[in-house]
Amino acid sequence: MLTWSNFVAQFFNGLALGALLALISSGLTIIYGTLGVLNLAHGAMFMLGGYAGYAAYTATGSFIVAVIAGTLFLLVFGIVIERGIIRYFYNRPHEDQLLVTFGLAICLVEVVRLVFSSESRSVPAPPVFSGITSLGFMLYPTYRLALMGIVTVALIALFLVLYRTRLGLIVRAGIEDPVMTDSLGINVYRVFMVVFGIGAMAAGFAGIINAPVVSLTPDVGESILVQTFVVVVIGGVGSFPGAVVGGLIAGEIISLTSMVNPAYAYVMLFAAMTLVLVVRPRGLMGAKGRE
Amino acid sequence: MTKDRGSMVHSPARRRFLGTSAAVAGGLVLPAGLPMQALAAEQHPPIGTWPAGVQGNSVFIGIAVPRTGTYAVQGEDELKGWQLAIEHLNSGHPLMKQISPRTKKGVLGKEVKFGVADSAAKPNDAVQAEQRFISENKAILMTGSTSSAVAVALNKLAEREKVLYVTGISGSNDTTGKDCVRYGFRQCFYGQTAAAAIGPVLVKAYGKNKKAAYLTPDYTYGHTVTKSVDDYLKTAGWTMVTNQVAPLGAPDYSSYLLNVANSGADMLVNVNWGHDAVLSIQQAKQFGILEKMKLVVPYQIPFLAREVGGNLLSGVYAATDFWWTLEDKFPLAKQFVAEFTKKYGYRPEWGANNAYMSFALWADAVENAGTFYPPDVIKSFEAGRKLQSTVGEVYFRKEDHQLVRPVVIVRGKTAKEMKNKEDYWEVLDVVAGAPLMQKPDAFGCKLGSYT
Repeated sequence: MLTWSNFVAQFFNGLALGALLALISSGLTIIYGTLGVLNLAHGAMFMLGGYAGYAAYTATGSFIVAVIAGTLFLLVFGIVIERGIIRYFYNRPHEDQLLVTFGLAICLVEVVRLVFSSESRSVPAPPVFSGITSLGFMLYPTYRLALMGIVTVALIALFLVLYRTRLGLIVRAGIEDPVMTDSLGINVYRVFMVVFGIGAMAAGFAGIINAPVVSLTPDVGESILVQTFVVVVIGGVGSFPGAVVGGLIAGEIISLTSMVNPAYAYVMLFAAMTLVLVVRPRGLMGAKGRE
Repeated sequence: MTKDRGSMVHSPARRRFLGTSAAVAGGLVLPAGLPMQALAAEQHPPIGTWPAGVQGNSVFIGIAVPRTGTYAVQGEDELKGWQLAIEHLNSGHPLMKQISPRTKKGVLGKEVKFGVADSAAKPNDAVQAEQRFISENKAILMTGSTSSAVAVALNKLAEREKVLYVTGISGSNDTTGKDCVRYGFRQCFYGQTAAAAIGPVLVKAYGKNKKAAYLTPDYTYGHTVTKSVDDYLKTAGWTMVTNQVAPLGAPDYSSYLLNVANSGADMLVNVNWGHDAVLSIQQAKQFGILEKMKLVVPYQIPFLAREVGGNLLSGVYAATDFWWTLEDKFPLAKQFVAEFTKKYGYRPEWGANNAYMSFALWADAVENAGTFYPPDVIKSFEAGRKLQSTVGEVYFRKEDHQLVRPVVIVRGKTAKEMKNKEDYWEVLDVVAGAPLMQKPDAFGCKLGSYT
């Protein structure tokens, strides 16, 4: 339906979709960029954040509490997983990392299914953001508008932590030269633990703030994981700004292709990824990857 | 990404010494010292898992059903229906005997055992699981499918392996249409009968010359149901202003719904299924579409009303296979609902009912054939016996292996009208099946050979 009003609506929706994809992808790219671990459990962590928030919401009825619970739970969870599993895989081949994180994802999904069943669960948007807003050119769910703002703030906060704080400096030094950083008296392994925690936290936060938009099922992480990887590849693996750019591009591709022929939305997404890989194998903003 | 929970074999079938596995390989060496089968085996060369699968005092059914993914909730309900049917077959339950009068205990005196594998609603996973059940357990019957893509794939497997298959949930016209097979049978309603049953109701309720937007999942079920509904409604001057085709398990429907919102439609026909239907309806509400358009669900989804929540389905028309309040109309439905509720603690949805009925009808076919020899069982199905079911009298159509059965028209109740927490739908009509069906060859069905 190629009308001007539909184009504007779809373009705008593409930004909203893209912002969320950027947020989910940022955690994945931070973990890979700093630790060199391809985390296939990232989608499951996104899902887990949603459910942790849902559990908190059913207990308290407060959306704010749900967001805090979902976020903190994943921070702690990320740290525990890093200490318990991931740290033993830093020096192992990529395929081992893929297998262990994939296995972790399956376990997480099935544990959640055991506790909550497969039935859809809903976390309603907070009353202040419920309903529909007229933007003049279209009607748009108020919460989705709010989400764009929330995601933008969260991405800026993440950026500042990584690029404008002492912690961020240490993290980046740890990536650049772990031996030197270590000999300067900085505990590199603790840094890695924190990084994995932050990455998991970003996924969890995305999971719970996304919950009012989609109904939760234990499988929500699966389809998002594939998209997230596409975003990371387009933007450049390990590049934080790349995740943002890749997310926005992916959101627009899905929305604008849907306008012309919805059946091809995901085909186009992969076509775009292939094109980027042919022209720029590192992705749009990827630095030279860790060997 | 695929997940495989592996297969869970309940009360594992004892492996008996067969002397040879020629039956599976399709060779002609006969197992020795097997008095029960000796006579039949002399009459027929081995075929599929026969006679290997019927040597002992039990027979095995392979069930591949989605326990993860978009259709997981519906899959679990189906599984409970199959499990109840097996329990009833093995105990010779009175309800089972009313559907399959010759049933005593078990099927032809053999205990029924089964294995369950997660198909995730993916054809490849389902086919792999069933092949495992065939080679390892000598399954004499396969079932499963919540997605018609799986049903069509298992149809093909059944035809190739010469092992019977009864579908689970499958709404595509193709399952007993262009992809029909001699070795496959379907109990439930499908796109064509759903459209022919609900069409007149929609035209009566909403009038002629309406503009309809469709949400269609991108596989055989979606395309055939959408086509059937659109074909019928065109005759009343309705037009399809947009058809939003989405992949199975789409994570978000916003871009499709924006197209719908900008399409000028006054009806939203949602053919999506499982969690996709839940998500697309909830998001249609978020975008304010349900205020502007009337929602229609031509092929009802078990648990939809409860999962969507917020009474979004009150006043919505749907076609379905079974709804529990039919207990007021059909004695067998009353018994089925009571038995199911006693065992599982909730009232069954149509997936569970379809699962139970499909096993009961298979048992009747086998008992009447007097043998598990597949060609004879197929001919027994094809004999067109009138059978009692939970929705009245039914029979199989021999030309395409589709059960001729009524379609139930329901309308969502408001919160005030609900007598209990499961009282979501009001049954408006039970529409006789035969007049709803296309001619047997209209969808290109050509059954294969018996052997």
